[in-house]
Amino acid sequence: MCGIVGLFLKNKALAPELGRLTALMLHEMCDRGPDSAGFAVYGGGDGRAKLVLLSKTGATDWQVLKDNLTAALSAEMDLETLHDHAIIRTDADGRAVRGWIIGNAPDVTVLSLGKNIEVYKGIGDPDRVAEDFGLTQRSGTHAIAHTRMATESAITTAGSHPFSTGADTCLVHNGSLSNHNNLRETLVSHGEQFQTENDSEVAAAYLAWRMSEGDTLNQALEAALRDLDGFYTFAIGTGDGFAVLRDPIACKPAVIAETDDWVAMASEFRAIAPLPGVENAKIYEPEPAKIYSWSHAGEGKAA
Amino acid sequence: MSDTILRNTALDVAASSVREVNRALKSAAEGAFEVMNPGGAHALACGLYAPVSVTIKGHAGYYCAGMNKEASVTVEGNASTGVAENMMSGTVRVTGNVSQSAGATAHGGLLVIEGDASARCGISLKGAEIVVGGSVGHMSAFMAQAGAMVVCGDAGEALGDSIYEARLYVRGSVASLGADCIEKEMRAEHRTQLADLLSRAGMTADISDFKRYGSARQLYNFKIDNAY
Repeated sequence: MCGIVGLFLKNKALAPELGRLTALMLHEMCDRGPDSAGFAVYGGGDGRAKLVLLSKTGATDWQVLKDNLTAALSAEMDLETLHDHAIIRTDADGRAVRGWIIGNAPDVTVLSLGKNIEVYKGIGDPDRVAEDFGLTQRSGTHAIAHTRMATESAITTAGSHPFSTGADTCLVHNGSLSNHNNLRETLVSHGEQFQTENDSEVAAAYLAWRMSEGDTLNQALEAALRDLDGFYTFAIGTGDGFAVLRDPIACKPAVIAETDDWVAMASEFRAIAPLPGVENAKIYEPEPAKIYSWSHAGEGKAA
Repeated sequence: MSDTILRNTALDVAASSVREVNRALKSAAEGAFEVMNPGGAHALACGLYAPVSVTIKGHAGYYCAGMNKEASVTVEGNASTGVAENMMSGTVRVTGNVSQSAGATAHGGLLVIEGDASARCGISLKGAEIVVGGSVGHMSAFMAQAGAMVVCGDAGEALGDSIYEARLYVRGSVASLGADCIEKEMRAEHRTQLADLLSRAGMTADISDFKRYGSARQLYNFKIDNAY
């Protein structure tokens, strides 16, 4: 069991409320996943690449890392720290920065990279994780969050969801994949870099890889239905979009609610109940093996 | 809180715990109750065993009215996984849609779903009657042993897989029939049963539009040579 929530705002006036509403949703899912939690907020940026980093030891000297990155990539790096996380902003290529850190800083995990996304994670009480990383105060266009009851790999901060391997793409997962080891090898041969043994990271990397090869989000999800084996309800974020996908058996729960102002997805309705205007929402259970997606470019219409 | 709750009152989930609300409902031998602000809470009106009437004013979470006996429970909204699961008797009505495993293993009573049901509706049905105003999802009536299920809309994949003696009536299309489930003749007794079920559910539909499905009795367990 895990709890997943996603909130995609159609009404831009709600942007300052994104974090607060997501925190309310996350709170309701605490007892579905008390082991760890994480969230991704699409809050925009200044056009530079933005990487959120985790110190696995809690003792990383971020200033040294920043100096090494600056020298290795010959680019300015802005550093900000928050608990055991750090945020790097740079004009350098984000993928190159990620690759350098994975190759050279074994005590650091890259939680996200992109111009828009920021991912924060922690073990223990999901409400405390949200508080530590200021979820309530965050604004943006869409957010995804997860409470984890660990099954496939250890309870670690790096093994918490959301997983993000490609720029501005992330995924949260309730379920377990059975062919992740094979698929991980295939993706590694295509140049994807993994940081955990977690099955859900493979799903995230799979989608990121498909999209880097030119797939749209919906095309990548069509391919995922074919290539991923196991149980899953996914909520997926991209720089501009949001999607929900369940496996063909659909054992893992999901409910979607939609108003003129927002689209919300959660493991259970009680996570949606606190949202404003929910009494007028269109509420439905996503069907098995059917892709549900929204994007701001598509003006919030389901695909 | 429970000391102050009187019969025929509104119980507010937002102001007390689910346990307090359920305790109040179970302490009554009769009467009508309203449950306010359910907010998708789990196990609402579970395990009732007296002829009380309960109206849940909003969406219910998992296992609403589970194990129901004699009580009449109405959800004015949607219900999540396992509504009326293992019901023994009484009536459970949902005005909206329900999630998976509605009426699972239910032994008796009537479950009415005015909207759609998702996957595994009536799984392992053991004698209860289910009437669905809309459609049911995949693997519905899987291994259904006894009782009846009426679907006024369509049925998803693998309807009635490995079914025993339950009777299925579907008005719309069936995406596919599960193993050993076949269409069967509608005889007078079936038309009578269907009309009675629709009437008790408060639904109007032309019974001549329905088809009946049930067991072909060809699986391993139906062969006397395989009996212990």
